Amino acid sequence: MIEVKGLHKWFGDAHILKGLDAHFEKGKTSLVIGQSGSGKTVFIKCLLGLFPYDEGTISYDGKIYSKLSENQKRNLRAEIGMVFQGSALFDSMTIQENVMFPLRMFTKMSKSEMEDRADVVLKRVNLDDAHNKMPSEASGGMQKRVAIARAIVNNPKYLFCDEPNSGLDPKTAIVIDNLIQEITDEYQIVTVINSHDMNSVMEIGEKIIFLQHGHKEWEGSKDTIFKTENKAVTDFVYSSELFKKVRKMYLEGTN
Amino acid sequence: MTYLSNIGLYFLMIKEMFRKPTKWSVMKGLILKDIDDLVIGSLGIVAFISFFVGGVITIQTALNITNPLIPKYLVGFATRQSVILEFAPTFTSIIMAGKVGSFITSSIGTMRVTEQIDALEVMGINSLNYLVFPKTVAMMLYPFAIAIGMFLGILGGMAACVYGGYTSLEDYITGIQMDFDGFHMTYSFLKTFVFAFILATIPSFHGFYMKGGALEVGKASTTSFVWTSVVIILINYILTDMLLG
Repeated sequence: MIEVKGLHKWFGDAHILKGLDAHFEKGKTSLVIGQSGSGKTVFIKCLLGLFPYDEGTISYDGKIYSKLSENQKRNLRAEIGMVFQGSALFDSMTIQENVMFPLRMFTKMSKSEMEDRADVVLKRVNLDDAHNKMPSEASGGMQKRVAIARAIVNNPKYLFCDEPNSGLDPKTAIVIDNLIQEITDEYQIVTVINSHDMNSVMEIGEKIIFLQHGHKEWEGSKDTIFKTENKAVTDFVYSSELFKKVRKMYLEGTN
Repeated sequence: MTYLSNIGLYFLMIKEMFRKPTKWSVMKGLILKDIDDLVIGSLGIVAFISFFVGGVITIQTALNITNPLIPKYLVGFATRQSVILEFAPTFTSIIMAGKVGSFITSSIGTMRVTEQIDALEVMGINSLNYLVFPKTVAMMLYPFAIAIGMFLGILGGMAACVYGGYTSLEDYITGIQMDFDGFHMTYSFLKTFVFAFILATIPSFHGFYMKGGALEVGKASTTSFVWTSVVIILINYILTDMLLG
């Protein structure tokens, strides 16, 4: 479990995160949503240790991040998988080499063991025959699946995804969403997704945290988000006519 | 103020580059790849430039020696001194700032833009050690390329001399053997090692700390070429004054 208490982050005079509290459980997909500039990316980067935070604590299964030694932080990071918005695949390596990369860096596996493990995860993300392709030869959806395969190849305890659906068509986006949820459930990972995509919110939002101006405005799930009367949330989530109608139909149906 | 802060950041980058080393089995492969990309891949252009620059020095020297009292073998002597002391180490390094430097800046800069460096950091890998250290080690073989450049420069001078009819082969060979001072080679290779370090680290700095998109990668490559050349010229002056002055 990841537990965040009273997290503050300043950039100069700008107070970006204002005392955030949150906890993310294993086996659940948690979504962090909010408008641009609400502090989502800074929050995720603080969780990942890419940005140092100024106040508060982040603990990974009881271990407070700021109190860990450099070696312990390094070991912790080996337990983290990350899917970047642009996939961030190493473009000088084949798809198989990309997936094997964390194994090469952090394990003592032989080459054949690494290849076997890469086969397993590539098969898991439905990429059986793309091993020798370069990332530039793969479509956006394939690149995202490779990024997911690379993120889970080392059996991470924590999986972070930064807008995993950006740039994908709705059908592929749902495939990626479901894949992340299945993997989270199957491997009992703590998954935190930073998203703008309302389809993802409705599809896999087992836990949703809505950020506004650097603080947690609302917390709930895909079921409770329909019923909320929080104006900031409804203005954000139901900004499109389609979602307004969906919400209306849902509320009429439940009454 | 920005310059001072960048100089500070550059030295912090150098320090960070040696921390948290990457696994040797991985690092070995990276170093070999960078030797291939940066040094072996540059041999062709180094050879081409050195041969023709050597030829041009010979022709210029021969054409400017109009006094019949000056012996013709001085053409060979002047060519050897110019090639060994300046043209091979310094002139070639400035060309390399364009070739190797822009390659390093654009490849690391593209990794920055496409979040590949963030991916390394998230995995707990020291990205400076992973990206910059192997390039720095690979560039330590750059003096071998310069040694080849020296040889070919003098050979180019000889070809120009003989086939252009400026002096005889015997005079040229007498000239290149005259008053040879071994310390000039030490001086030349010493500064080549320093230039190699500069050629690996300044372009890496500009690539690693760049911000923006594809256009900024191009701008960073240009800036890196300018600064690498400026620093090479300044260090060349300082080392020459210290070692030969």
